[in-house]
Amino acid sequence: MNRTLWKICQYAILLAGATILLLPLWWMLVVSLETPERAGAAIAGGIGLSLWPPSPQWGNYPQALSEMGSVPWQGFLNALANSIVVTVLVVIGTVLSSSLVGFAFARIRFRGSRGLFLLMLSTMMLPGQVTIIPLFLFFRNLGWIDSLLPLIVPAFFGNAFFIFMYRQFITQIPESLLEAAKVDGYTLLGIWWRIILPLCRPVTAICAVFTFIYVWNDFMGPLIYLHSDEQATLAVALNSFRNQYGGLEDVHLLMAASLVTMIPCILLFSASQRHFIEGLARGAVKG
Amino acid sequence: MATVELKAVSKIYGTTVRAVDSVDLSISDGEFIVLVGPSGCGKSTTLRMIAGLEDLSGGTISIGNRIVNDVPPKDRNIAMVFQNYALYPHLNVRQNLSFGLERRRTFKSRWRGIWDSTYRTQRHAERLAITARVDAAARTLGIEQLLHRPPRELSGGQRQRVAVGRALVRDPAVFLFDEPLSNLDALLRGEMRTELRILHRSLRATMVYVTHDQEEAMSLADRMVVMKDGVVQQIGSPAEIYGSPANRFVAGFIGTPPMNMFEGRIARDSTGDFTFHWKESVFSLCKRWVAGELSALGHDTVTLGIRPDRLRILPAGENKNSCCLTGHVVTIERYGPLADIVAVVNGMRVISRTSTDTLAAICEGDAITLEFQMQFAHMFRADGSAVTSPRN
Repeated sequence: MNRTLWKICQYAILLAGATILLLPLWWMLVVSLETPERAGAAIAGGIGLSLWPPSPQWGNYPQALSEMGSVPWQGFLNALANSIVVTVLVVIGTVLSSSLVGFAFARIRFRGSRGLFLLMLSTMMLPGQVTIIPLFLFFRNLGWIDSLLPLIVPAFFGNAFFIFMYRQFITQIPESLLEAAKVDGYTLLGIWWRIILPLCRPVTAICAVFTFIYVWNDFMGPLIYLHSDEQATLAVALNSFRNQYGGLEDVHLLMAASLVTMIPCILLFSASQRHFIEGLARGAVKG
Repeated sequence: MATVELKAVSKIYGTTVRAVDSVDLSISDGEFIVLVGPSGCGKSTTLRMIAGLEDLSGGTISIGNRIVNDVPPKDRNIAMVFQNYALYPHLNVRQNLSFGLERRRTFKSRWRGIWDSTYRTQRHAERLAITARVDAAARTLGIEQLLHRPPRELSGGQRQRVAVGRALVRDPAVFLFDEPLSNLDALLRGEMRTELRILHRSLRATMVYVTHDQEEAMSLADRMVVMKDGVVQQIGSPAEIYGSPANRFVAGFIGTPPMNMFEGRIARDSTGDFTFHWKESVFSLCKRWVAGELSALGHDTVTLGIRPDRLRILPAGENKNSCCLTGHVVTIERYGPLADIVAVVNGMRVISRTSTDTLAAICEGDAITLEFQMQFAHMFRADGSAVTSPRN
């Protein structure tokens, strides 16, 4: 009896938490499907929102997406393509470089390895804002401003946090596996590719998902380095869309566009949830 | 197949820790050599230096008459079996076995076959050859039915077989084993021991095997190398090492239960014969050792050692001679047909191994007389070295 009661309490708390977290999403969904008048009134506080719009306006979605940018549809598709290119390349770059560097820190003994590792960790303490101007100047000197390169290339030089995670994980892989592979004829790079990477799957899942979500939603980076509409990523495009359609009468379109940009993250997270949680738990137990 | 030659091989960690100290060893082609010693004696380090997983601090290692000091492991034509098996967890048994062969393929490119048909045929033939070799190794070890399974679904014994198989498919010149059986239970260990012996007989390959278990060493080795603190104590066949240990350490380390050791002094009795004095007991040395050697010992402390099976229980009626010890039984440990009697004599524990038949009348707490069979005794100088006996 006591146990049942406890269970009920647990579920009630979880349910309340889930509701609070889902409320904004639900709100966006409802507003995006309302007529312009009702949506504007709802924002202004004129009317309350119903649980589901009386007549859902599915046409809001194509309208919102086609009106992003100056040419119909092109602005959206362009931004989508840019976002996909940047995100995919950054994920690949981060996973490859971080695991490679983590492997080196975990398994290769070299002079100064400890000091270098501490130096790398200390970069995590540096707030990102501090480096904005030097980085901008750096990339400007390279002539990379208004291209996707400043967003993509740094990923191939590792990420301190993920290097740390990979290093911790790789330290747990028995040394004898690597020695066996050495005897089997593999070089360090071969060992990294054929043994370390496959065994690091849980860390890679975390690294990939975190990076994906971060980069997909990143607004600061693209805003600083990209100027023209052709180079804009979804986050930037959405922002110009907001500037253009920020009024009360267009709020339904803004919500529709925002929801669409969120979809990939939601899908990715649900698809990789199992891996992801396993990896987090393992990280917690094994340090 | 190859010989392995170690000349003055040393490994120094930091500036002072001598893990391996000037080891000389020459292993002939097809020999089964076992390095044995307590943990930390440098046996594993020596093996890892042969494998190329550790650098040498001094000396040279040659495999098949080629000095390999600076040759990476993959080019030494060796295969190694690790203590924890070191199977690749993300690959199934077949992939584990072929992993090393895949690396050594000549026709690797997946793409070239698309336009180059000769290449495609050669590549295909190579693949078939690898499959055939893996199948043959699996058949030898009786793991054919496990080929598609991942290592986590295998028992300890099966993993061990796969680990041996991985070495086998490579057909190396030298097999290296680093305590491969120490993670198995006793029964399986005995079984695998026999199989390794049989495998060695059929392959006639050079094998170097490291273990801390002296019984395992005795049962497997053609020749064994006893090590302590990085220094080779003795090299010889198991029979030689058991029968005439070179020093006190070897005598105490090899053999179960361990040799009984009595520390005492040499003296001469009224007739001029040499006697050994240990606490209140005096033994006649019965001319086992050369008089010159004995007199050279002077008044130093010497150790007389006798294996438990050479300490005979004297039945109650029999006459005591000059080589007898009397004490009382503390405990009796029975192992089927054999039993170890632990007795206290002159305040020291001694062990006598006897057959259970002669045991019937003896109980714990009884007084007991043990006959010291002097013709099987060993004598060690104060520095531990053995006094040689012409009758060994």
